[in-house]
Amino acid sequence: MRRTLSLWPLALLLALASAPIAIMYLFLLVDTVTNAPPGSAIPNALTLAHWRFLVDPRVTGDVWRPTVTTLLFTASIVAIVLVVSSTGGYALSRLNVPFRRFLLAGVLVMHAFPLVTLIIGVFLVLQFVGLYNTLTGVILVKAALMLPFGIWIMKGFYDTVPWEIEMAGVQDGASRFTVWRRLVLPQVKPGLFALALFAAIDAWGEYMLPRILAPSSDFQVLSTYLNAVSDPDSTTYNFNLFKSVGLFYMLPILALYAIFRERLTNIFGGGTKG
Amino acid sequence: MRLTICDFTKTFDRTTVIKDMNLVVEDGEMLALLGPSGCGKSTTLFAVAGIHRVDGGAILFGKRDVSHLPSQKRNVGVVFQNYALYPHMTVFDNIAFPLTIRREGKADIDRKVRAIAELAHIGDLLARRPSQLSGGQQQRVALARALVRQPDVLLLDEPLANLDARLRLEMRSEIRRIQMETGITSILVTHDQVEAMSMCDRIAIMDQGAIRQVATPSEMYRQPASRFVAGFLGNPPIVFLDGEVTGDGGFASRGVSLPLPGRLRHLEAGRPISLGIRPEHVGTSGGARVSGQVVFVEPQGRETLFDIELEGGAILRSIQPAGDDARVGDRVDWAVDSDRLLVFDRHGNAV
Repeated sequence: MRRTLSLWPLALLLALASAPIAIMYLFLLVDTVTNAPPGSAIPNALTLAHWRFLVDPRVTGDVWRPTVTTLLFTASIVAIVLVVSSTGGYALSRLNVPFRRFLLAGVLVMHAFPLVTLIIGVFLVLQFVGLYNTLTGVILVKAALMLPFGIWIMKGFYDTVPWEIEMAGVQDGASRFTVWRRLVLPQVKPGLFALALFAAIDAWGEYMLPRILAPSSDFQVLSTYLNAVSDPDSTTYNFNLFKSVGLFYMLPILALYAIFRERLTNIFGGGTKG
Repeated sequence: MRLTICDFTKTFDRTTVIKDMNLVVEDGEMLALLGPSGCGKSTTLFAVAGIHRVDGGAILFGKRDVSHLPSQKRNVGVVFQNYALYPHMTVFDNIAFPLTIRREGKADIDRKVRAIAELAHIGDLLARRPSQLSGGQQQRVALARALVRQPDVLLLDEPLANLDARLRLEMRSEIRRIQMETGITSILVTHDQVEAMSMCDRIAIMDQGAIRQVATPSEMYRQPASRFVAGFLGNPPIVFLDGEVTGDGGFASRGVSLPLPGRLRHLEAGRPISLGIRPEHVGTSGGARVSGQVVFVEPQGRETLFDIELEGGAILRSIQPAGDDARVGDRVDWAVDSDRLLVFDRHGNAV
């Protein structure tokens, strides 16, 4: 009883501190289905008009094309990050690669670099190979920037798999590749899963790279689409509409978090269960 | 299948850890590689398994030279110290793994797995996962997996080290039983002399990368080739006294004098030797006598261990059937079986 009582002040403090955020999110939700009189924040009418953009392309332009593009963008990045991290992490954890220490240090340094410091170099490279202003180019850059984190995380997971398991597999006659695929990979599955989630969430929310590296192209991802909607100079500017599109954009991520909350914490716990 | 290790040399980063080692394990024999940690016994085992590269010499299975074959082509079964079971597979899949790699038929796999599981007494555990098994059961699964494809050689790397004392006793005889029933040539790596002596046909004792002696357990215990072997085998351990040969075919050191065994009476006087006295040869029977004071008594149940300090300050150890005949501080005058004494020269070799 004393325990629960003594938790009250703490709970109150936390509630107060998070109140602005909670209220903000509450209004984000409420405003998408209501109208409020000018000058007031309290809604006075229920409406679904703000969601018309889902079916009527005249409101802000077709929303489904950017959605599909974003899905494709996210899926490609997740695929690249998973394939490269699961193999690269293994190599760094197990194989006697030349310059192993140098590579490990390099991976960490890359991880530490803020995106903006690299953007000019990245721009030049993309321009040079002709991928500037293309979806492929943005996907490659985004995936590449996420790889240091992915490789590092996967290396950590591989490190916890006992060396003897691989040796036992080799003794049992399996090739190194079979050993990796059938014996080692199943044991780092929690790591792969968490990494896939992180990559998906990160890619889904990416705004800077498509904006900078493909400013005039014919494709849009949801983040740049949302940016277009929020332009106050636009004729279709409507703050409630902007909130509706924003909520629409958030929903998949919220769903991912809700469903896989426990798996996400795995990435920091790490390792296989005994 | 007969296993021959011929002039085997192993180098790590330009440090030679094993040089020109020779060893033959006869067909169907179980041989123990015994030695303190860091003596190179596991290195030898891994070289036979193909995990370590051979830097010199050859390893032959029968007449087949496998020195430069990869592990996959050697057909060696290995039981690792921590069993190395595949945690995401059932016991059945664990045992079947080597067979599925060979792409054997489903019915064949099923039959072989069940047969070997029966032999290892794990027939009713096939649907479980390794984490649901006790240490002893995991050990049996590891053994079954190593044996299921009928390897030419079975290698056991400290297989009992992770078991508690009771299971260790049980698995000791179980491993031996299974090895004898399958008749597979085996090498057991261990630092535990009891395991080596109780499980194996012969023991190869290793120290600092070299084999010091290869012999049957009882031969090695009774006639150790060197002071190192004598000191390594035996629990409680042997006691060494350094001294020299006296004129009348005896031995003298720090106030102790004992007759040498009959066959060594001819040694020239003044030669420095050391005498190895096993605890069981002090205090029960024998021609010579020593007297001293009991300084330590350790009852072990069936037997009691005594340390007695002789006049010159030397300590002798004695193990005797339990009784309460001597206490700390008592003066005793005990028999020493001088014919069973071990004699080593200055370099530690048996005389």
